[in-house]
Amino acid sequence: MDDLLVHLLNALLYASVLFLIAGGLSLIYGVMRIVNLAHGNLYAVGAYATAWTMGRVLGTGQPSLMLYLLLPVGAVTAAALGAVIEPTLLRPLYKRAEEYQLLITFGLLLILEDLLRFVFGPYPLSASGLYETVGSLSIGDSVYPGYNLVVILVGGIAAAVLWALIYRTKFGVILRATSQDKRMASALGVNVNRVYLEAFTLGCFMAGLGGAIIVPQQGAVLGMGVDALILAFVVVVIGGLGSLEGALLGALMVGIVREFGIAFFPEVELAILYFMAAVVLLIRPAGLFGHA
Amino acid sequence: MSPISASPKRALFYAIPIAVVLFFLPLLIEPYQVTLLEYGLIFAIAALGFNLLLGYTGLLSFGHSAYFGMGAYAVAFIVKYLNITSMEVFLLGGALASAAVAALFGFLCVRYTRIFFGILTMALSQVLWSLAFKFYWVTGGTDGLRVPTPSLLGVTIPQGEEKMMFLAHRYYYYVLVIFFLSAAAMWLIVHSPFGKALQAIRDNETRAEFVGVQVWHYRWVAFLVSGIYTGLAGTLWVPLNGLTTPDILHWTFSGKIVFFTVLGGFQTFMGPIIGGVVYNYLETYAVGHTVYWQMVLGVVLVLLVLVLPAGIAGTAGRLMLRLRKAA
Repeated sequence: MDDLLVHLLNALLYASVLFLIAGGLSLIYGVMRIVNLAHGNLYAVGAYATAWTMGRVLGTGQPSLMLYLLLPVGAVTAAALGAVIEPTLLRPLYKRAEEYQLLITFGLLLILEDLLRFVFGPYPLSASGLYETVGSLSIGDSVYPGYNLVVILVGGIAAAVLWALIYRTKFGVILRATSQDKRMASALGVNVNRVYLEAFTLGCFMAGLGGAIIVPQQGAVLGMGVDALILAFVVVVIGGLGSLEGALLGALMVGIVREFGIAFFPEVELAILYFMAAVVLLIRPAGLFGHA
Repeated sequence: MSPISASPKRALFYAIPIAVVLFFLPLLIEPYQVTLLEYGLIFAIAALGFNLLLGYTGLLSFGHSAYFGMGAYAVAFIVKYLNITSMEVFLLGGALASAAVAALFGFLCVRYTRIFFGILTMALSQVLWSLAFKFYWVTGGTDGLRVPTPSLLGVTIPQGEEKMMFLAHRYYYYVLVIFFLSAAAMWLIVHSPFGKALQAIRDNETRAEFVGVQVWHYRWVAFLVSGIYTGLAGTLWVPLNGLTTPDILHWTFSGKIVFFTVLGGFQTFMGPIIGGVVYNYLETYAVGHTVYWQMVLGVVLVLLVLVLPAGIAGTAGRLMLRLRKAA
């Protein structure tokens, strides 16, 4: 029973981070109809930026509360990067064929991968300082790290805030309107370029936040972005490209399957996830929550 | 497609000089350069197959690593379990394995177009990657599987000859012949009624269906042919590389296949061939000169998309057309 609880918490931990990454990916697709292959790298940027900043601060003997305040650094860095990428690289391509949009984000993936190596060096960065300050709690016979609960909490809060933002604010109305009919929204006076910029920045912010909250637990390594992207793809394919509810459900499903997969059948754990995505695409191409 | 190479005469007019150059080139350049050219030609075969889908049928696959990898792993398994090192058996095995996977994946994918097709092909190829990655007692995991130098038409590597020389000489001509056969076959395919039907599907699916083209069936056959080409490339690649690892099954390798096809220009017949060869030089050069080679490739790709979307062949064709008009 306690084992089951630990597995469930781990599944929620995965799901929280995956929701932040996949939610951003889905938001960007929903509004802009662009599948950003470099999205995983923005998650990596968030992780690296947070880990690096914590590394600077940790030596100075700041209280641990200070470290929590550093979590948003990664998210803001990723958002700033997104705010630069959208107008310079993506905006010229909206009228071109989808192939080119995919390709340019693939090019961006290659560039960002090496940019991280260039800025932060080839070695992994750790931010375990924060992880250790939280301590641990005991669940039955096993000891469970308390920081994992912080991650789950942040994931939950992010989902709630995002929901409120999209469904309860004027910004959300404009975002949804643009997503449904870009030309109509434009005719009604919405500045579509600005909405695109905001949506892309928000998506990148979420990816960066995902990286920032997980980095104290896992550390930042090169290649983490590419791995995360493919899992985020599985999530959005299951939930439906462009749907936030779908991203949440997909993240929970992938989190659970992954956790129990690693525990009980590690050889085919990844294969099952991709297979799940393929099956959903075949039965419901638009995903469980998507609209074709 | 482009007016160039529309008639067989025209095509031979371009193909024969290229064949002559490629035939005599190994006598003039160093063995290492020959192997680079070999890699390029092999990538060109993969790109030719890939472009039957992208350029001619209008489907962007992000999962062609699956067929390249199947071609390569089929060879490794033939060596490991059957202890055969004949290149002809490799080719047969590689073609069969990639055909089987392409037939299945194609059957699942051709009902979709655009981004869904791309993601579905990617997800399916990742299934193979994760299997190759995790079942290490079969596939060697990340260490991969070694593949010895094969015998060509029954001729094994002569006693005392260096492996490098064998690969740069005999194997080069072997690859060259297969390259020309594949290119000729592809030329016939895209200029056949079947090829025309594919282009009709690409340009307007609904109309194609109205005039009686069975869209899914045609797409499936195109997918199958495309997969076999890319599989053959994988089979030819593996003796040259000496090793197959899960890297060639990963979706980023599929991205490379897309990259070199677009680099050459996917709206022309020659484009993928040029792209495969040029990309290989570009990557080798970048890897040899900087640890930030991915950044070099990324910048090239971004510039390509922004400035030269028609690729090398497309841009060259347009320039020639403009010159001809000016003259």
